Amino acid sequence: MTAEIIRATLEHIFIVAIAVGVAIIAGIPLGIWCARNARAGGVALRIVDAIQTIPSLALFGFLIPVPFIGGIGMRTAIVALILYSLLPIVRNTLTGIRGVDPIVLDSGVAMGLTSGQLLREVELPLAMPTIVAGIRIATVVGIGVATIAAAIGGGGLGTLIFRGVSMVDTRLMLAGALPAAALALLADVVLTFVERRLVKR
Amino acid sequence: MPASVEFRSVSVDPILHDIDLRIAAGEAVAFIGRSGAGKTTTLRLVNGLARPTAGDVLVDDVPLATTDLITLRRRTGYIIQGSGLFPHRTVYENIATVPRLLGWPDADIRAAAEEILAKLDLPLAKFGDRYPRSLSGGEQQRVGIARAMIARPSILLCDEPFGALDPIVRRDLQDAFIALRSGVTIIFVTHDLPEALRVAERIVLFDGGRIVMDCPAAQFTVQPLPLVQRFVDAASL
Repeated sequence: MTAEIIRATLEHIFIVAIAVGVAIIAGIPLGIWCARNARAGGVALRIVDAIQTIPSLALFGFLIPVPFIGGIGMRTAIVALILYSLLPIVRNTLTGIRGVDPIVLDSGVAMGLTSGQLLREVELPLAMPTIVAGIRIATVVGIGVATIAAAIGGGGLGTLIFRGVSMVDTRLMLAGALPAAALALLADVVLTFVERRLVKR
Repeated sequence: MPASVEFRSVSVDPILHDIDLRIAAGEAVAFIGRSGAGKTTTLRLVNGLARPTAGDVLVDDVPLATTDLITLRRRTGYIIQGSGLFPHRTVYENIATVPRLLGWPDADIRAAAEEILAKLDLPLAKFGDRYPRSLSGGEQQRVGIARAMIARPSILLCDEPFGALDPIVRRDLQDAFIALRSGVTIIFVTHDLPEALRVAERIVLFDGGRIVMDCPAAQFTVQPLPLVQRFVDAASL
């Protein structure tokens, strides 16, 4: 039993880590792009927003018939989680960059920073606490949604919960539910700490 | 080396109308006028933060349209109200920004920072590692001056740099500024007449997006223009 919980927990961490990782790699550039292009960015943000509104079980349902990325199994779960994780990361990147004091930007431009230097040296560092907050939300939500992924054979701690439900076995349910809750709390605490450290400077 | 600045029939729709002005290399000129008169926009034309909708802006007789703005900005100091310091960088890192962009060796940057901060009464050893938010408004503005002047710019653009400071700190900073300001062309925007008369040798008065008066500072107060008299009256005790 213990071995199974550990295996499911690691699997759960793996799914969420891959999904949030990809969402960070895609979401931060997308957020920067949204900040640079007000109109197109608004449309992109609305699309990402709409994805977030779809109930998670429905989103898994939609993805199953999609070729290449869909089907039954972990791959579909990861794709769905990436889509979910995108919104907080894109939105917070955008908000963070927009929130940089215009006077600071103005003086950066006036000192002869190129737009790339402005992004790397001023906008991203100042937006970083907000971006990390987005990553934290994506991770915590992702850990929760990933439990539902077991419904489409995605693996992870949800497998234990669903099995517990169908067998009316409370111990089995808790074997999945408690580690999932602990993971979410732990992620929240760690990333909140990172966020605070960044704000302090 | 100070640079000359020239405006040839410059307009910025709908703010500025047909500005003609030549500022010689090394001159210190104050732009004064009421809020919205066009002073700041004119100032921002010089480093390309504002673009003309008609006419040409020239620095050292070269039109900005054919100039690399990044290079120009690195030799143009810019001091604004509220300092615009990078909040995530230390005092030293802030001051080192332009020399670093220009590729100065670290030792040269440190020596220059030490020298200019000493002149501004902010010893590097004590202030270098501090962050801007831990400084008073006057100290922040001193760092702003150091940051704008460390790389010996050709032009210094000042937009109400001392506007948010209390009168005593303001006076101290004007003195520090005057002591530092040789070898550079200065454009200084202010709506404070006594400040303009202290820091500049020539006064250009803006009203409604046009230049309505341009004269040596010493002769400004005796000009018969009603707007000049209103400025003089407003400034006297």
